[in-house]
Amino acid sequence: MSEEVRLMKGNEALAHAAIRYGADAYFGYPITPQSEILETLKSERSWKSTGMTVMQVESEVAAIHMVYGSAATGRRAMTSSSGPGISLMQGGLSYLCGANLPCLVVNVMRGGPGLGTIQPSQADYFQTIKGGGHGDYKIFTLAPASVQEMADFVSVAFDWAFTHRNPAMILADGTIGQMMEKVVLPAAQPRLTTAEIEERYPWACTGSMRHRMPKNRITSLELDAAAMEMKNQKRVDMYRRAEAEDTRHEEYMVDDADIVIVAFGSAARVCTKAVDIARGQGVKMGLIRPITLWPYPSQAIAKAAARAKGFLVVELNAGQMIEDVRLAVAGAKPVEHFGTMGSGVILSPEDVVRAARRIFEDKI
Amino acid sequence: MTSEIIIAGFGGQGVLSMGKTLAYAGVLRGKEVTWLPSYGPEQRGGTSNVTVVISDERISSPIVDSYDVVIALNQQSLSKFEKSVKPGGVLIYDSYGIQDVPTRQDINIYSVDATRTANASGFQKMTGVMVLGAMLGLGGMMDKDAIMDSLKKTLPERYHNLLPANEKALTMGESMAICQNKAAATAA
Repeated sequence: MSEEVRLMKGNEALAHAAIRYGADAYFGYPITPQSEILETLKSERSWKSTGMTVMQVESEVAAIHMVYGSAATGRRAMTSSSGPGISLMQGGLSYLCGANLPCLVVNVMRGGPGLGTIQPSQADYFQTIKGGGHGDYKIFTLAPASVQEMADFVSVAFDWAFTHRNPAMILADGTIGQMMEKVVLPAAQPRLTTAEIEERYPWACTGSMRHRMPKNRITSLELDAAAMEMKNQKRVDMYRRAEAEDTRHEEYMVDDADIVIVAFGSAARVCTKAVDIARGQGVKMGLIRPITLWPYPSQAIAKAAARAKGFLVVELNAGQMIEDVRLAVAGAKPVEHFGTMGSGVILSPEDVVRAARRIFEDKI
Repeated sequence: MTSEIIIAGFGGQGVLSMGKTLAYAGVLRGKEVTWLPSYGPEQRGGTSNVTVVISDERISSPIVDSYDVVIALNQQSLSKFEKSVKPGGVLIYDSYGIQDVPTRQDINIYSVDATRTANASGFQKMTGVMVLGAMLGLGGMMDKDAIMDSLKKTLPERYHNLLPANEKALTMGESMAICQNKAAATAA
């Protein structure tokens, strides 16, 4: 029998998906607009059904380091927060990358800086993609644009994290977290047993010494210069492979487009309708939606640059992803920005069409 | 067909629940739906609203700036959203406490005396359902069976004893919408 179609919020769908994926542990602290993740995990009482640990901890700093501890044992650990909390986690994220540990971090973005506003925003792009913590690291970043993707990306993120031994992030915003849509939850799979973890992840510190000499050590510290260089080089090689293999994006009416919009998450939803409206007005508009924000779909954008007359990057921030679009376009065509900054004024499709017509008046 | 609807009122009036009931009815009828709430400080005592889109096709934007149907449960919401009704669209408002009545002539305007009727007939918590009933009474939006099935799904089981009262409030609402601008309504 096919799975039941449900109506739920993005945050709720993500929580249900985590339980069904067989996640072992969640540590988090409530913050709008993502508190339903912790609320749903608690109300589902996953510790009774699958044995998944769910803890509301004393702070985001504690949460990310509890994730580190769980990940070191090969467990599927996760946390979630919004901007102010994710900022507090940056040190921990850097350490997780340095120690080659897999985990899932969910950021349901709100407006900033500082305590800012609880309204939707996409202003944490730089923090996530350019690195909010110290050191040479990248985080596999998925940007869901629907409630279904909030559910589906849990397994994508965890699978990537464990394949490459690196943190993964789901970067949503308040709209996607708070909105309700139809969703079909993924099939439930059991949590891994300790024996399965030891088999799959021989690096994990499970407390057992079997088969392991020398014993496993999880640390980001390496005082031997040559060894540090080699460890970092190995990680960077993995990043280059991911850039070649793991990029995801979606295109809508790009092939004959004069103006190509680039937008992710909720902004991409608005821009899909903007494309329809513009086409109705005889303006050849198209949309590229990056699904992975790192690795970035630069090639798809470069390819579109061969034909398009201009790019409009629509973001709920002051202009962040536009830098990556400009790098991809490499000066071939004009790249402009349109957006609002989490002030509660969410762009409408009509706003996007008006902006595109104004900015590219001479090209359409 | 796509219906873009906003329901707005005071926090605590059941605006978000009305939207959820409507959205779930859409799901039960095999439609695509989005339900997007205001979740800001307005939810904590001020005005609150929810945008519901119900469509036969995949819904691109859950964010819209004009609506086929606006349901306003207080003066602030009525004043704020009257201008956002699409020409030929429908504006339904609860007449309780309304000082400034809507004036547009290119839309169909209906008042519903729901808050007062609900309070007088012992259905205090069912103003929203009554207004939903009024919307059903106008026809074409959603059928009553779907709304009742939706209530069964969206109401927690501990409140299922209230289902018959909800059905009664819904039925009462169906005949409660009073057209405020006859000429425009017939023209549309």
